[in-house]
Amino acid sequence: MTRYETVIGLEVHAQLKTRSKIFCSCSTQFGADPNENVCPVCSGMPGVLPVLNRKVVEYAAKMGLAIDCRINRTSIFARKNYFYPDLPKGYQTSQFEQPICEHGHVDIVTAKGPKRVGVTRIHMEEDAGKSIHSAHDNASYVDLNRSCVPLIEIVSEPDMRNAEEAVAYLKAIRSILVYLDICDGNMEEGSFRCDANVSVRPFGQEAFGTRAELKNLNSFKHVQKAIDFEVERQIDLVEDGEQVVQETRLFDANKGTTHSMRGKEEAHDYRYFPCPDLVPLVLQESWLDQWRSELPELPKAREQRFLSQYGLSSDAAEVLTSERDMAEYFEAAVAAFAEPKKIANWLMTDILRELNQTGGRAGDLLLTPQNLATLVRMVEEGAISAKSAKDILPELLLTGADPEELVKAKGLVQISDTSALAADIDAVLAENPKELADYRAGKTKLMGFFVGQIMRRTKGQANPAVVNQLLAEKLK
Amino acid sequence: MPDLTQLTLTQVRQQLADKSRSAAEVTEAALTRIQATEPKIQALLSLQAEEARAQAKALDAQGPDAAKPLWGVPLIVKDVLATKDAPTTCGSKILENFRPVYDATAVARLKDAGAIILAKANMDEFAMGSTTENSAYFATRNPWDTSRVPGGSSGGSGAAVAACQCYGALGTDTGGSIRLPASFCGIVGLKPSYGRVSRFGMVAYGSSLDQIGPMTRSVEDAARILQVIAGHDGRDSTSVEAPVPDYVAALSERGDLKGLTIGLPAEYWDKGLSPEVAEACGAAVKQAEALGAKTVPVSLKLSEYAIATYYIIAVAEASSNLARFDGVRYGLRDKSAESLIEMYVKSRTQGFGEEVQRRIILGTYVLSSGYYDAYYRKAAQVRRMIRQDFEAALTQCDVILGPVCPTTAFKVGEMTSDPLQMYLMDIFTISTNLAGLPGMSLPVGLGRETGMPVGLQLTGRAFDEARLLQVAGVLEKNVPATGIAAL
Ligand SMILES: [Zn+2]
Repeated sequence: MTRYETVIGLEVHAQLKTRSKIFCSCSTQFGADPNENVCPVCSGMPGVLPVLNRKVVEYAAKMGLAIDCRINRTSIFARKNYFYPDLPKGYQTSQFEQPICEHGHVDIVTAKGPKRVGVTRIHMEEDAGKSIHSAHDNASYVDLNRSCVPLIEIVSEPDMRNAEEAVAYLKAIRSILVYLDICDGNMEEGSFRCDANVSVRPFGQEAFGTRAELKNLNSFKHVQKAIDFEVERQIDLVEDGEQVVQETRLFDANKGTTHSMRGKEEAHDYRYFPCPDLVPLVLQESWLDQWRSELPELPKAREQRFLSQYGLSSDAAEVLTSERDMAEYFEAAVAAFAEPKKIANWLMTDILRELNQTGGRAGDLLLTPQNLATLVRMVEEGAISAKSAKDILPELLLTGADPEELVKAKGLVQISDTSALAADIDAVLAENPKELADYRAGKTKLMGFFVGQIMRRTKGQANPAVVNQLLAEKLK
Repeated sequence: MPDLTQLTLTQVRQQLADKSRSAAEVTEAALTRIQATEPKIQALLSLQAEEARAQAKALDAQGPDAAKPLWGVPLIVKDVLATKDAPTTCGSKILENFRPVYDATAVARLKDAGAIILAKANMDEFAMGSTTENSAYFATRNPWDTSRVPGGSSGGSGAAVAACQCYGALGTDTGGSIRLPASFCGIVGLKPSYGRVSRFGMVAYGSSLDQIGPMTRSVEDAARILQVIAGHDGRDSTSVEAPVPDYVAALSERGDLKGLTIGLPAEYWDKGLSPEVAEACGAAVKQAEALGAKTVPVSLKLSEYAIATYYIIAVAEASSNLARFDGVRYGLRDKSAESLIEMYVKSRTQGFGEEVQRRIILGTYVLSSGYYDAYYRKAAQVRRMIRQDFEAALTQCDVILGPVCPTTAFKVGEMTSDPLQMYLMDIFTISTNLAGLPGMSLPVGLGRETGMPVGLQLTGRAFDEARLLQVAGVLEKNVPATGIAAL
C-alpha cells in the first residue's frame, strides 16, 4: 500500500450568485417551473448573440484576487463544441486559451501539516440545461432554466496526495467563495460541484499514472469515499499487472464505489476555438482596483485575527472562521458580551452539535447572537446555573425566545444576592437549633442538610456556590 | 414618366412624404410587380402580402411621419434574417416552416423607420454559395437574362431589387454575398465595416465575417437604408459604438473627386479578368481620374491567400454555428430515429444540403485536435496580415478600386459541378471581409460581350462608409447608366 503515491487534481464548478444569466437577462432563480427562465438567447434560437454579464467578470476576478492569481488583462471566450440535447447551441461558451485568472494558490492544513495547493486557472463559462428522462412515458425532456447560468471553473494543480488534502482544499475553496459572497456553496443543489482527477504512481516515479476522472461527488464525504475507493481500485489494478484506463467514473454513494461511464463520455474532441461573437475581454486597471478594495476579510486572515484579537484556541479559530456566517455570528455575539472564549465554547459545543444534526447554518439560527450573548452573560453573572442554561438552549434554538424572559417564565433565576441569602441562612439556622448544635459538636456532615433546607426555602433558586460560601462563614 | 415600381427608394420616399402616393398604392404596385415577375426570376421564398397591406393601411391612417425616414417604403429582406412570426428558412430544409419569435435588429430598425417588409428573399442555403443555386427550394434567375444566375448568396435580394419588386433589400455578406449579386444584377450593394450593423437576428454563417447591408437601385438609396440600420446594438457585442455620420448629407458634399487618391492593386487588375469586365471597370477608373481623382498603384500581396484563409475561418465558424440545428428544439427532426445519435445524423443529413454539409465537414476538420494549429491558427495569423496589408495600402490612398468579380453573370448550372471554381468567384471580395473593411459594388455599365451588368468594387477604411458612398455617388452620375432590366 505504502509503495504507491496518490496524485489528485480537482476541478470545481461554482455557480455564481448573479441575478441574471451570463449571456442574457434571464433570471437565475432556482426552483422555477421548467423552461420558465428562458429566452431566445439561452435557448439557442437561430440568429441570437451573447452579451457578457459584467457581474460575472467581477466575481471571477474577485475569486482570482482572493487566491493570489495573476489576472489576465485580456482574456478570451472560446467555444467548446459537442452535441447534447441540453446544450442548445451545440457548444458551450467557455474560456480555453487565455482564461481570466491563472497561477493562484490556496493554503490548507491537514494532520500532516500545512500545505500550499496550486490553482492552475479560473475561467468563466455557461452552464448547460438539464435532461430529464422519464421511464413513465419513455421520453426525454429538456429544461433550459439552467442553460447560460454563470459558472466559474477552478482547476487545481495535481498537488494533493490523499483524500484528506483534497477535502481540505475543497473546503478552503468553498469557504473563500462564500466569504466573497459570489457562490452559495450548496453542494446538494449543485451550485458547488467538484470532479476529481485521481491517479497513482510508485513512490519516486516522476511521471504521473493514468488518471480517472471522478464525477457525481455531492458532498465532502463522497469526495473522501470516492477517492479512497478509487485509489485502492487503481493500486489493485497496477498490482495485478493491469492497466488503469483513462476514463470518467461515476461515484455511487450507496455502494461507496466508482464505476465507468462507458459510452457516454467517449474521447471527445471539443474543437475549442475563440468565440467570434464575444470580443476579447479587456479589464481596466480601475475595475481591478475597485474589486480589490471590495474584497472582504478572507477566512485565513480572519482565523489569524481570531487568534490574536480574541485569544481563541487554534482549533476554535479555524472552526469558527471556516464558514462566513459562523464567524459573523461569533463576532456579533462577542460585540454584545465581551467574553470571546466563553462564547466560542458555547458555539463549538452545543450549537455546532445542533447545526451538525440539523444540517443548518449559523446564519439560519433563530437564536440571535445577541440572545446567545445574554444567555452566556447570565451564566457568567450567576443569574442562572450553567445547567439551567443548557436545559433551555434547545428551546431557545427552536423558538428564538428571549433568554431573560424564558428564564423568568421558568423560574430559573438564581439568588446570588448575599444579603438576601444571608437572611434565608439565618432563618434556616434559627429553625433548626438541634442540628446547629450537633454540627458545632462536630457532625460536619450536617452541612449538606443545611444547604438542602436553604435550597428548599428558596425554591431551588439560590446560587449553590454562594450558599456554600456564606454558610461556611456563618458556621465557623 | 417611369412606372411607379421603377422609381428609386429616394424618389418614392419623396412621393410618399408629399402624399402624391399613399403607402397602400405603393405597396399594391410592388405586390403586382412581384406577381408579374416572380414566375420568371423566383427571387422570393415567402411573401408577406397581407401583413404588408395591413401595415400600409395603418401607416396611411396615421399619415406621413418625417421622423420615420423609410415611411411607407416597401422593402424585401434576405431569408437569413429573423422576422418575427414570418418564415425564416435560410434557404434550408432544416428550417422549413420555422418562424422566429423576434425580429433581427436590422429588421426591427427598418420597421421602426416605417418600412414595409413585403417578402423574404431566396438565398444560397445558410448563405453558402455564389449563385443562389444552393437554395434548398429553387434557384433564382437573373432579371437581365433568366438563363443566368443572379449571383449569391443574396441572389434573391439582388434579383428582387433589379426586377423592381421593391425599393431596396437587405442582403448579408460573408465573403462577397452582397457585392457579387449586386454586380451580377446591375444594382448597388454595400457591405458595411464589420461591427457597423448589428448582426443580432442574422442566422450566423461566419460570425467574424458576416455583415448585413443594403442592396438598392441607387447610391443614395443605399445611404438611406444604411443610415437606418447602422449603429451600436446592445444585443451584439461585436457591434461598434462609433458614431454614425449623416450619409445622405455626405453625398451632397461632393460633385467631383478632386483631392482623392484611388488605389489600384495590381493583384486585382491583372488577374484573368474577362475583357468586358476589364473594359467597363477600366473606363470607370478613367472617369474617376477625369473627375479629379489621383490614382496610385497599391499592393495587396497577400490576396492570393485570401480564399484559402476564408475557407478555413468561415467554415470553422460555420461548423460550430450550425450545430444548433440538431432537431431537438426546432426545425426538421427525423421521427424514425431510434437513438439520440441517429436523430442527429438523420435530421442533419436530410436537413442540410450538399454544400452546407461539405462546409460543416471542412470546418470540423480544421478545428480538430492535431489540425487546429496547421489550419485554424495559421489562417487566423494570415488574416491579421491581410488586414495589415489593407491598412498599409489605405494609408497611400482613400479608396481602393477593382472589379467585383472577374466575369459577369454566368449561366445557370455552369459552375454547380465544380465547387472550387465557384469559390473563385469571390476572389476579389473575400479579403474585404477578412480585413473587416467596408466594400461596395457599383454598376458601371453593361458588358460588351454578354450585355450583362458589370460591377466596380470600392473598398475603404474601416467605418469610412461615408467616403465610399461619396465616391460611388459621384461615379454613378458619370459612368454609363446600367438602367433597369427589361423583364
Ligand atoms: Zn435567457
